[in-house]
Amino acid sequence: MSQLVFIAFQDNDNARYMVEAIQEDNPEAEVQHQPAMIRIQAEKRLVINRETMEEKLGRDWDVQEMLIDVISIGGNVDEDDDHFILEWK
Amino acid sequence: MAVKNKKLNLKDKYQYLTRDMAWEPSYQKKEDIFPDEQFEGIKITDWSQWEDPFRLTMDAYWKYQAEKEKKLYAIFDAFAQNNGHQNISDARYVNALKLFLTGVSPLEHAAFQGYAKVGRQFSGAGARVACQMQAIDELRHSQTQQHAMSHYNKHFNGLHDAAYMHDRVWFLSVPKSFFDDARSAGPFEFLTAISFSFEYVLTNLLFVPFMSGAAYNGDMATVTFGFSAQSDEARHMTLGLEVIKFILEQHEDNVPIVQRWIDKWFWRGFRLLSLVSMMMDYMLPNKVMSWAEAWEVYYEQNGGALFKDLERYGIRPPKYQDVANDAKHHLSHQLWTTFYQYSQATNFHTWIPEKEEMDWMSEKYPETFDKYYRPRYEYLAKEAAAGRRFYNNTLPQLCQVCQVPTLFTEMGAPTKLSHRQLVHEGERYHFCSEACCDIFKDEPEKYVQAWLPVHQIYQGNCEGADVETVVQKYYHINIGEDNFEYIGSPDHKHWLSIKGQKPADQSKDAA
Amino acid sequence: MSVNALYDYKFEPKDKVENFNGMQLLYVYWPDHLLFCAPFALLVQPDMTFGDLVETIIKPATAAHPDAAKADFLNAEWLLNDEPFTPRADASLKDNRIDHKSMLTVTTPGLNGIANVGY
Repeated sequence: MSQLVFIAFQDNDNARYMVEAIQEDNPEAEVQHQPAMIRIQAEKRLVINRETMEEKLGRDWDVQEMLIDVISIGGNVDEDDDHFILEWK
Repeated sequence: MAVKNKKLNLKDKYQYLTRDMAWEPSYQKKEDIFPDEQFEGIKITDWSQWEDPFRLTMDAYWKYQAEKEKKLYAIFDAFAQNNGHQNISDARYVNALKLFLTGVSPLEHAAFQGYAKVGRQFSGAGARVACQMQAIDELRHSQTQQHAMSHYNKHFNGLHDAAYMHDRVWFLSVPKSFFDDARSAGPFEFLTAISFSFEYVLTNLLFVPFMSGAAYNGDMATVTFGFSAQSDEARHMTLGLEVIKFILEQHEDNVPIVQRWIDKWFWRGFRLLSLVSMMMDYMLPNKVMSWAEAWEVYYEQNGGALFKDLERYGIRPPKYQDVANDAKHHLSHQLWTTFYQYSQATNFHTWIPEKEEMDWMSEKYPETFDKYYRPRYEYLAKEAAAGRRFYNNTLPQLCQVCQVPTLFTEMGAPTKLSHRQLVHEGERYHFCSEACCDIFKDEPEKYVQAWLPVHQIYQGNCEGADVETVVQKYYHINIGEDNFEYIGSPDHKHWLSIKGQKPADQSKDAA
Repeated sequence: MSVNALYDYKFEPKDKVENFNGMQLLYVYWPDHLLFCAPFALLVQPDMTFGDLVETIIKPATAAHPDAAKADFLNAEWLLNDEPFTPRADASLKDNRIDHKSMLTVTTPGLNGIANVGY
């Protein structure tokens, strides 16, 4: 059986960078656009890297900044200063 | 970058907050300080294993919450200043908000009380901190929802007395009793009920596709509070999953207890969300996703992945999930025709879906809509056109556990009610389903006290014996304004005047 | 099973018959007529006759359904609390052994609801 993790963001300016960063680091992830929101799902694992985000934004980025724009998640969370990972192990 | 290195990293900060600031009691016994921690039979051997994966500390919490609030209230102001209510898709949509404000917002407040209470009950500091943050979040949700809807209250009926109605109105006993059940349980059951079963497994169905639908219907204020609340919810969900894993990892004796709670609270939550099914399919004039589709994504797919992950602890999917999965083809239609016939006693309006909407439902429910439900609306439309808009003038039987009228049908037999009954200590009790009957059998002492609105009316405890007196005096529903059919209602006329159209033919409008 | 509580957890049932001022509750379910979404919850006098129940309560409650006029309720198939039951029209509910919070199920063969789909 397929075991998908997912994350949903508000469809706003911050989130667009986040989506770009996620697509770069998770090329197999599927991005779904729905009214006012963007939902991204992937098999088993999805990662957001601080480094990629900082490259996209051109400034320092704290991983916890994502708390402002996230709507929902599915999967076990592993967060530290450098990344935010969702996974089913 | 030298400054950056001086900062504590996330893990250290979280460690300081949740471990180093707590202390071992020296002159009082732990059991006396935390007297509710044992009686449910949950065994915790090592609280230090508790982990909040977000590792949120108070400084970061206030910082990000303040930022969310600023964004949210800027949008509320803009919405009010620009008369945002005039730009929604159709005023029928506002009826979903009336149900939300009376049915959901008071639950946010109940959740605040619940987390504030259980936050005092755990001897582990990490759990106490998590519950405290969540209590504050829930209070924020209750308040922001009321603020968002106060603008609608200036322009539409039925939004004037939500908290009062929540404690009295017949269908609102469904959400109210759900949370009362959870809050009167022990602290571990409360977390399993609300953090795990409700927040993690089920609330996506309300806050994600429904809120996306609010945006699609032009309601900026609601989508904004919805998503703002949901951004806290992402934390709560993570906590819900961690709570379950923590309890299961602590002791194998916890597994059967937790399994029984998951079975119970999945079902209680599923019954509660039947209200959301009709909000999605019937109360959003512009439709994003059907209830069945939302159920497939957020329960069958995401819930499936979750329960597969929990297999390693010996946890299986909730006992009656096959019934819930089958019900996705019927639920919203059965609920809407129920509210349609009891609109004389609701603070919101109901209506017959328009032709395009019914065609959408035929497409979304190919196995069931044309066969079972379209004929209902064709009949009801014919009756309404002949001046006989249907209202059921007799009160319905309610389920002793979920308190929903016993309207649900058997799996695989959608015209046969799934009614159950039993006798307990000489009293008869009636249920909407095998699952609710099971819940009663586990804890009969709890549910024999159920305050069932229909029975309370018949006992004479609701200020009158006839529906009109109960509705007006006891419920504070303004007759002829808040209740009855949408077509021809004051809200409908007001909307037509906003849109510069004449009211529809009055002869068809008689309620 | 019973509830797991911090103290001896025992409460009176909320809906005992003595709370209904001499009346009792009765539920009536008419299968295949889901125009009425759930069984009716009725407040009835225990000493009213079964015939009066049908005439003065069940007929008005079901009148909005087009099948109601065709239904011969008295001679229909009845269940009392899921058991086969032959009502005596001139006997009281009590003498028909219909007690508080009983449920009657009445099936009217040949009447399958609107559009023949149990509505």
